[in-house]
Amino acid sequence: MKANIVIIGSGISGVSIAYNLAKKGVKDIVVVDKSYISSGSTGRCGAGVRQQWGTLMNCKLAKSSIDFFEKAQKILKYHRDIEFKQEGYLIVAEDDEEFNQFKKNVKLQNSVGIPSIQISKDEAKKIVPHLNLDVIHSATYCKTDGHLNPFLMTDAYYVAAKKLGVKFYFYEEVKEIIVSNKKIQKVITDKHEFYTHKVVNAAGGFAKEVGDLVGIDIPVYSENHEILVTEPIEKIQGPMVISFKKNIYCQQVPHGAFIMGRSDKSVEKNHDISSTWKFLDEMSKTAVELLPLIGELRVIRQWGGSYNVSPDRQPIISDTKELAGYYMAVGFSGHGFMFAPMTGLLLSEMILNEPTSIDITDLHIDRFESENKTNYEQSVV
Amino acid sequence: MIKEDVIICRCEDITLKDITDLLDEGYQTFEEIKRILRIGMGACQGSTCISLLQREISNYHNIPIEKVETPKVRPLMTGVKLKSISEAYKNES
Ligand SMILES: Cc1cc2nc3c(=O)[nH]c(=O)nc-3n(C[C@H](O)[C@H](O)[C@H](O)COP(=O)(O)OP(=O)(O)OC[C@H]3O[C@@H](n4cnc5c(N)ncnc54)[C@H](O)[C@@H]3O)c2cc1C
Repeated sequence: MKANIVIIGSGISGVSIAYNLAKKGVKDIVVVDKSYISSGSTGRCGAGVRQQWGTLMNCKLAKSSIDFFEKAQKILKYHRDIEFKQEGYLIVAEDDEEFNQFKKNVKLQNSVGIPSIQISKDEAKKIVPHLNLDVIHSATYCKTDGHLNPFLMTDAYYVAAKKLGVKFYFYEEVKEIIVSNKKIQKVITDKHEFYTHKVVNAAGGFAKEVGDLVGIDIPVYSENHEILVTEPIEKIQGPMVISFKKNIYCQQVPHGAFIMGRSDKSVEKNHDISSTWKFLDEMSKTAVELLPLIGELRVIRQWGGSYNVSPDRQPIISDTKELAGYYMAVGFSGHGFMFAPMTGLLLSEMILNEPTSIDITDLHIDRFESENKTNYEQSVV
Repeated sequence: MIKEDVIICRCEDITLKDITDLLDEGYQTFEEIKRILRIGMGACQGSTCISLLQREISNYHNIPIEKVETPKVRPLMTGVKLKSISEAYKNES
């Protein structure tokens, strides 16, 4: 079979890239996934979308992506509700150190038009009444941050891409990429062979392995991040509440359930996505300390998913100098869902040799060659 | 039979019509349908609906019911209050 381009991965990144390319008129786009749609990190994520970041690049990617999410339902003409809830993120500071860091972050965010503000703990309590003021110092708040249903947002891109002619192949794993004369010739899966000169690596947790298929060493690794969901109740919490120091994010989704997660510093670098008792134990303690009221909620289920982590916790949206026609959108380090609209737009521009909507030199894979150039993102859970 | 009146998943209020609409739209597997409707992800964790949806997929695609894959069983086996977990250690002593 012939294809103009083969995209590996049908997570939020892959479907957004496919949709953006198709919208720009590219024909014969193929998306291959070894499992079902959103089976990777996308279908396992917290699906929070925030703009309160600590690096300029992340701020810009997030802001433009939120601009898209606000209109996504209409633009993609999706027939179900993508459940976009835009009631902000409340980020609590635990001490002076965090307060001072957040002061800098808010200044940076405001400089690109993100309407975040720094607030006292009493003001925070007005926004989230069940917050335990004894354990926080202050907070920042951005009312245009929010949350979407990750399955439906991915499905919305998928349905729109299909309408534009993109072909999807599920339950089919890319096993080999044939390169000759420094040019990609063929993508071989366990079911098909696609003749193509262009490949996009949007393989999420398996980004490194898909780099290895063409001998390109992508400096990313995967680690398990666990998450849980409670029974649904009437609405009591507007924003996502997060704390970097306490290590928690917690959101009530429109359906009524609370979802919450935290990271584990001792987790190994591998593809494990299992659930542990340790997570449940630590999560419950952190949640009950910060938001005592939700201690009353029953936990319904817990699961895990991969963060694909890059050295500076910013994504790699890039081509490569080693192999023309090989592109990647990987290493999202736990925040690739919220960047997906820009991931798709920027990569499609790069592939079509158009000027990119924002300068993304800092997202190129070559940035890791010079050590002092990296701008480390610290605002991550 | 009025499909709107047949409840398949009581936790998430999913009717037979919700299911057949998705099958008609081209969604084929349990995992896809689960992610769109939340079927099997509610308080009872699929005690009733898993086998019902399995049967619908089996009938629709004319495949043996045992060939219809079902989702992974997730912890916890029963709903437990966060507070009870966070205090569990205390209560043990
Ligand atoms: C617990 C948790 C919470 C999170 N919370 C948030 C959040 O609140 N906000 C946010 O923005 N992000 C969050 N993230 C991160 C987010 O989930 C990811 O960054 C994002 O989903 C990445 O999407 P993707 O499409 O790049 O990768 P994925 O969704 O992982 O998709 C990759 C796909 O590639 C396929 N694939 C891999 N190898 C092959 C191969 N060889 N052949 C064929 N197919 C292949 C896989 O099957 C998979 O479907 C969270 C992640 C986790 C685990």
